[in-house]
Amino acid sequence: MRRILFLAQAEILHVVRDRATLAQALVVPIVQMLVLANAATFEIRNTPTWIVDLDRTATSRGLVNRIAASGHFEIIGTTASLEVADESMLAGDATLVLTIPHDFEASLVRTRHADVQLTLNAEKGSAAGIVQSYASSILASYAAEIGESAGLLREAGPTAAGLVSRISPGVQIVQHTRYNPTRNYKHYMVPGILVALVTLIGTLLTSQNIAREKELGTLEQLNVTPITRGQFIAGKLLPYWGIAMVELAIGLTVGVLVFGVPVRGSIVLLFGVAAVYLLVALGIGLFISTLVSTQQQAMFVTFFIVNIYLLMSGLFTPIDSMAPWVQTVSQVNPVRHFVTISRAILMKGAGVQEIGRPFAMLGVFAVVVLTVAVRQYRKRTA
Amino acid sequence: MRSLLGLLRKEVQHIRRDPRTLAVVLMLPVVQVVLFGFAIRTDVDHVRLAIVDPAPDETTLAMRSRFTSAGVFEVKAVLQRLEDLEPLFQSGDIQEGVVFERDFAAKLRDGDAQMLIVTDGTEPNTASLLQAYAQSVVFAYQRESAGVGRSSPGGLAITAQVRTRFNPTRESSNLFVPGLMAFVLTIISSLMTAISLTREKETGTLEALLVSPLRPWSIIVGKVFPYLVIGFISAIAVIVEARLIFHVPMRGSLLLLLADALLFILASLSLGILVSARTSSQRVAMMGAALATMLPNILLSGFIFPVESMPLALRLLSNLIPGRWFVEIARGIMLKGVGLEYVWPQSVVLVVMSLVLLTAAARSFNARLE
Repeated sequence: MRRILFLAQAEILHVVRDRATLAQALVVPIVQMLVLANAATFEIRNTPTWIVDLDRTATSRGLVNRIAASGHFEIIGTTASLEVADESMLAGDATLVLTIPHDFEASLVRTRHADVQLTLNAEKGSAAGIVQSYASSILASYAAEIGESAGLLREAGPTAAGLVSRISPGVQIVQHTRYNPTRNYKHYMVPGILVALVTLIGTLLTSQNIAREKELGTLEQLNVTPITRGQFIAGKLLPYWGIAMVELAIGLTVGVLVFGVPVRGSIVLLFGVAAVYLLVALGIGLFISTLVSTQQQAMFVTFFIVNIYLLMSGLFTPIDSMAPWVQTVSQVNPVRHFVTISRAILMKGAGVQEIGRPFAMLGVFAVVVLTVAVRQYRKRTA
Repeated sequence: MRSLLGLLRKEVQHIRRDPRTLAVVLMLPVVQVVLFGFAIRTDVDHVRLAIVDPAPDETTLAMRSRFTSAGVFEVKAVLQRLEDLEPLFQSGDIQEGVVFERDFAAKLRDGDAQMLIVTDGTEPNTASLLQAYAQSVVFAYQRESAGVGRSSPGGLAITAQVRTRFNPTRESSNLFVPGLMAFVLTIISSLMTAISLTREKETGTLEALLVSPLRPWSIIVGKVFPYLVIGFISAIAVIVEARLIFHVPMRGSLLLLLADALLFILASLSLGILVSARTSSQRVAMMGAALATMLPNILLSGFIFPVESMPLALRLLSNLIPGRWFVEIARGIMLKGVGLEYVWPQSVVLVVMSLVLLTAAARSFNARLE
C-alpha cells in the first residue's frame, strides 16, 4: 500500500509541477464546457430566409409579416426574382426560400385554397425538416386567422396556445414533453460535454504516462524496484482518477450554477457510477500506454479511441439513429453507458434499478480492463 | 535551399523509420470515416412506443393498429396504468407514450375525447419529431373516420409545396460524410505536426537544428511539407470512400475539391506546428492539440450542429475554426456542384489562416533563438 502511495505521490508532483498540464487538465475543460455548450443545439432560430413575393397583395404581405414575427426566421432579403434567391441558396446564405405565386390572394378568395412554395437547403442538415414544420404551422395558423377575420370561420373551440391543438372536432391531443419541458438543449448537452472532456483529458494523461517513462528511460528504474505489477498500475491510476473526479465535480457544479442543469436523481449515485466509469476510461489509457513505445504512438491511438468514444456514444447524435450494427458495437463503448446513465440520473431522476444494466456493464468493463492492463505491463524492457 | 532539402530528407527518414506510426496515420482517417459515416445520423425511425390503454374499445384498438402499421413505431409495451410509463422512460426502454382515456370511443362520439402524447424530451430535436409523428397518425385516423363532408376548421387552406434542394432524399450520409471528412482530416493533420518540434525539444536535438544555418522559416517548412503529402493521400482516400461506400454525389469539380482539401490540410498542419512551437513538452503539446481540435471541430464547425443556430458570439468564434470553412466547401462542391465562383471566399480564408499560423509559428520559434 505504501508503495502505491509513493508512486501516486510522484505522479501528483509531476502534474502539479507542470503548470501548463495542470491548467490544461483543470481549467481549459471548464472554459470549453462553458463556451461549447452554447454551440450544441439543433434548435432552429433565425433561419436565413429569402422571400420571393410575386403576389404583392395585402394577404401575401400579411404572410410575410407572420413569418418574420415568428422568431424562427430571419428575412435576409425580399426579391421578385427567382434567380437572385436561387443564387443566395447556392452561395449557402439562405436556408429557406418562400415563393408566393402571383395569384396567391386571388386563388384564396376564389377557391379558398392557395399554394406557396418552400425551397429548403438540405445542405443545412437536419435543420431542413424542422424548418419545414415551423413554416407549415405558420401557414396553417395564418390560413386560420385570415379565415376567421373574413368571417369564414364558424364556431371554433378555444385553443390553448401551443399545447392543445384541436385538429378536428373530437380528439384533443395533449402533448407532454417529459424531463425537458422547456426543450433546453443545454440541459441535454452540458453533462455530455463534461463527460467528453473528462474522458479526453483522463485518457490522454494516462496513455501518455508510461510511454513517456519508456522514452525517458525512467521506467527501467521503476522496474528494478520491488513494486508489483498491480501496485504499479494502481499507483499510476489513482492520481489521475482523483484529478478526473475533481474535474467532474467542478464541471457539474458549474453546469448546475451557470446552465441550470437539473439534478433530479441522487448525486451520490452519479458519483458512484463516475468512480467506476473512470476506472474503465483511465484503465484503457494505461493499457494503451503499456502497448506503445513512444508518446507519439500513444497519442494517435488515444485519439483514434477517444474519437470513437465520443462520436459513437450518443453524445451528439442519438444512438437510436445509428445503423443497427453500430448500435450493437456501441455496447462495448463505456462512454455510451456513462452518458446514458448521467442523463438518466440528472434529467430523469432515475434510480439504481433503472440504470442497473448499463451500470453492471461498466462494472464488468472495469474488472476486464484493469486485469488486462496489469497483465500487459511487463517488468522488463523489450 | 540545399539545407532545406537536407532537413526534408531527415524528416522523411524519421517518418519512414517508424512504419507503425505511418500506418496508423494513414489508416486512421479511412477507418474513422467508415465508422462514423454509419454512426452520425439524425434520422428518427424505429421509435420505441408504449401505449397506455386502460379500457380497450373498438376505437382505441383501431388507433393502436394505426400506430403499429405506421412503420416508424415499434410498440414495446401496452400498459394499463399511466404510472407504469415512468420507469420505462427512465431506463430508456421507450421514447414515447400514447395514452388513451377510459371510454374513449363513447367520449369521441360526444366530441370530447382526449389523448395524451408523452415524449422523452431529453433530446429536444428528437422529441419534436416524435410528437409530429404521433400527431400525424392520429390526424390521419380522424380524417378517414370522419369521412367526406366535413371541412377543416377555418375553411381556408394554404398548402406548402416543398422542394428540398441538394439532398432531396435527405440522406443523412450525404450530409454528414463531407463534414466528417473535414473533421477527420483536420484532427490527423494537427496531431501530426503538434509534437514534431516538441519531440526534438525533449530529446535535445532541436539545439542541433538551431545552430545549423537553417532559418526558422525553413525549419517550419521542412516540418510541415512531408506531412502535407501524407495528409493529401488521406484526403484522396477519404473522398474515394465517400463516393464508393456512402455514394455521396460529386456534383462539382473533383479537382477543385482536391485543391481546397490541400489548403485545408495546410491550415490544420499550421495549427499543429504553432502548438508545437509554443509548447515545451510532448504532453502539453498533445493536450493542447487535443483541446484545440476535437471538441471545437465537433461542435463549432457546423459538421453536426448548424452554425446558424448558434448565438452570435459563437458564430463569430466558429470563423476561427478551419474545419468550418472546409465543411462549407466540401458540401458546396459535392452536394451543390458549385464552382470556384462560390467557394473562393472560403478558400481565401484557408490561405490566410495558414499564412497567419505559419508566421506565428516561425516567430515564436524566432524568440527561442535569442
